[in-house]
Amino acid sequence: MKEKVLMKGNEAIAEAAILAGCRHYFGYPITPQTEVAAYMAKKMPKIGGTFLQAESEIAAINMVYGVASTGKPAMTSSSSPGIALKCEGISYLAGADLPAFIVNVQRGGPGLGGIQPSQSDYFLATRGPGHGDFHVLVFAPASVQEMADLTGRALHLAWRYRMPAMLLADGTMGQMMEPVALPDECQAFGSDNPWAATGTECRRPHNIINSLELAPEKLEQSNFARFERYAEIEKTETAWEEYRMEDAEICIVSYGITARISRNAIVEARKEGIKVGMIRPITLWPFPKAPLLAAAEKVDSFLCVEMNMGQMKEDVELAVRCRKPVDLCCRVGGMIPTPDEVLAHIRKLAEGGNK
Amino acid sequence: MEHRRITLFAGHYGSGKTNLALNWAYALRREGLPVTVADLDIVNPYFRTKDAAAELERAGIGLISSRYANTNLDVPAMPREIYSLVDGRDRCAVLDVGGDDRGALALGRYVPSIREEDDYEMLLVVNRARPLTRTAEDAMAVAREIEAACGLGFTAIVNNTNLGAETTAKDVLASLSYADELSRLTGLPVKMTAAERRLAPELTDKVENLFPIDILELYYMEKEGTGLGKINL
Repeated sequence: MKEKVLMKGNEAIAEAAILAGCRHYFGYPITPQTEVAAYMAKKMPKIGGTFLQAESEIAAINMVYGVASTGKPAMTSSSSPGIALKCEGISYLAGADLPAFIVNVQRGGPGLGGIQPSQSDYFLATRGPGHGDFHVLVFAPASVQEMADLTGRALHLAWRYRMPAMLLADGTMGQMMEPVALPDECQAFGSDNPWAATGTECRRPHNIINSLELAPEKLEQSNFARFERYAEIEKTETAWEEYRMEDAEICIVSYGITARISRNAIVEARKEGIKVGMIRPITLWPFPKAPLLAAAEKVDSFLCVEMNMGQMKEDVELAVRCRKPVDLCCRVGGMIPTPDEVLAHIRKLAEGGNK
Repeated sequence: MEHRRITLFAGHYGSGKTNLALNWAYALRREGLPVTVADLDIVNPYFRTKDAAAELERAGIGLISSRYANTNLDVPAMPREIYSLVDGRDRCAVLDVGGDDRGALALGRYVPSIREEDDYEMLLVVNRARPLTRTAEDAMAVAREIEAACGLGFTAIVNNTNLGAETTAKDVLASLSYADELSRLTGLPVKMTAAERRLAPELTDKVENLFPIDILELYYMEKEGTGLGKINL
């Protein structure tokens, strides 16, 4: 195994993207993700890559569109308000069936909000960030190691399925430092894309990269085709972790930093004899509906632990088809729940407080 | 413990300056000295000296930190009280400088006073496990950028090689030659090797000038033995 290094979550994203073959980064600084850009600014010139600080987030996402049109891996990163600005570009990427890698290290909102961590862009990420009918792949890392691993995975799946992928982290994940075993270098994609606009050399018809369709019949067909692809992705790319679910009567559903806090609370609750486990979605789209529905047959209740006002709670309720009650434990606005707060909520549920 | 009135901790981003500065302040305080820590970091949004504010107060250690640290405002401003620490000479001052040349830039305005008094140590904090300072050459390059940004030269090296909670005595021992090589390249002495207190028994005989340190705990990190579940990818 490779020797581990100590990295910030944001740095791990940058290094992992480079190792996955990404040589084009476009961004605009914003706390708490600026280290992604800072790392790229230091490293890209040394390896023949491109780091460009664009004049705005909107410019950056459209530069990604440009590079992606040639089939090359390209990425941008930002934090919540900056991602909102990129949404138009993400919709155009989806409409043109272009791959892209987008990092969102979330902070509190709405509006300018603040710089402290949050998970309040769950809706934005999972409902298709932009106008029109579409999805992006959404990955929710819960460690610096996963920041690196899921970056590589997101990039590869984006290019495999020709669609944007988003790494949805929170400020804590971006800023905290942990040991990480970096993945091996890989250049497996970005060179052989028959759809890419790389020059015909008069040997083939033009590849046209476009999201405009003049005939509504054709636009409908391209939407249908895209959703057939989404259905396949839901079947094959859904990722989650099951933690102490064997005998669980309460199932926590949590991702990112709140999943780690919940883990501490679960260990404490089990010491008190409360049978509690966790399903941790690793992909937020596609959402792990099947394991949640299966869990609904066994557990008495669900508890979402999130740093938003319960955005994922709706998806859990839908996934379990309201067979069991779903409760919420949350802190917002840049506040992080403590293991004790989660534990108190678990105790309340164990005593039947949810009925 | 050999020390000057002002001790500055500077170095690469994420090399462990804040934690070292706090431990240094505690060590001085344990010797009965009046101590104040100043947070000069204008780069990091989270994990600031201010996280330890309550604990420092209990220990009788002063803290000067931006009023905006740990708030929702991203303003790289420093409090005027820092002048009182640099110009007033009645207390030990521990300065926690921001990472890299960008972070060290803010130190520049205090350098004329620090030079005039000439009772300071500027410590270069290095961690071999940080990917951009894996070699002594890279670490020296960062040191030179910091010196150019703040206008003050380093006087010694602190080897703070660690992998966070996963650090073993072997990691620390393996880093000694790295620190020595950096010392040879820069001409600076290695003042101390810092390691988490739990590793001290294994290291005391093998490491010269070992500085055992305590780590600021983050409540949301898993406790030992929590483990992972079954991952379906």
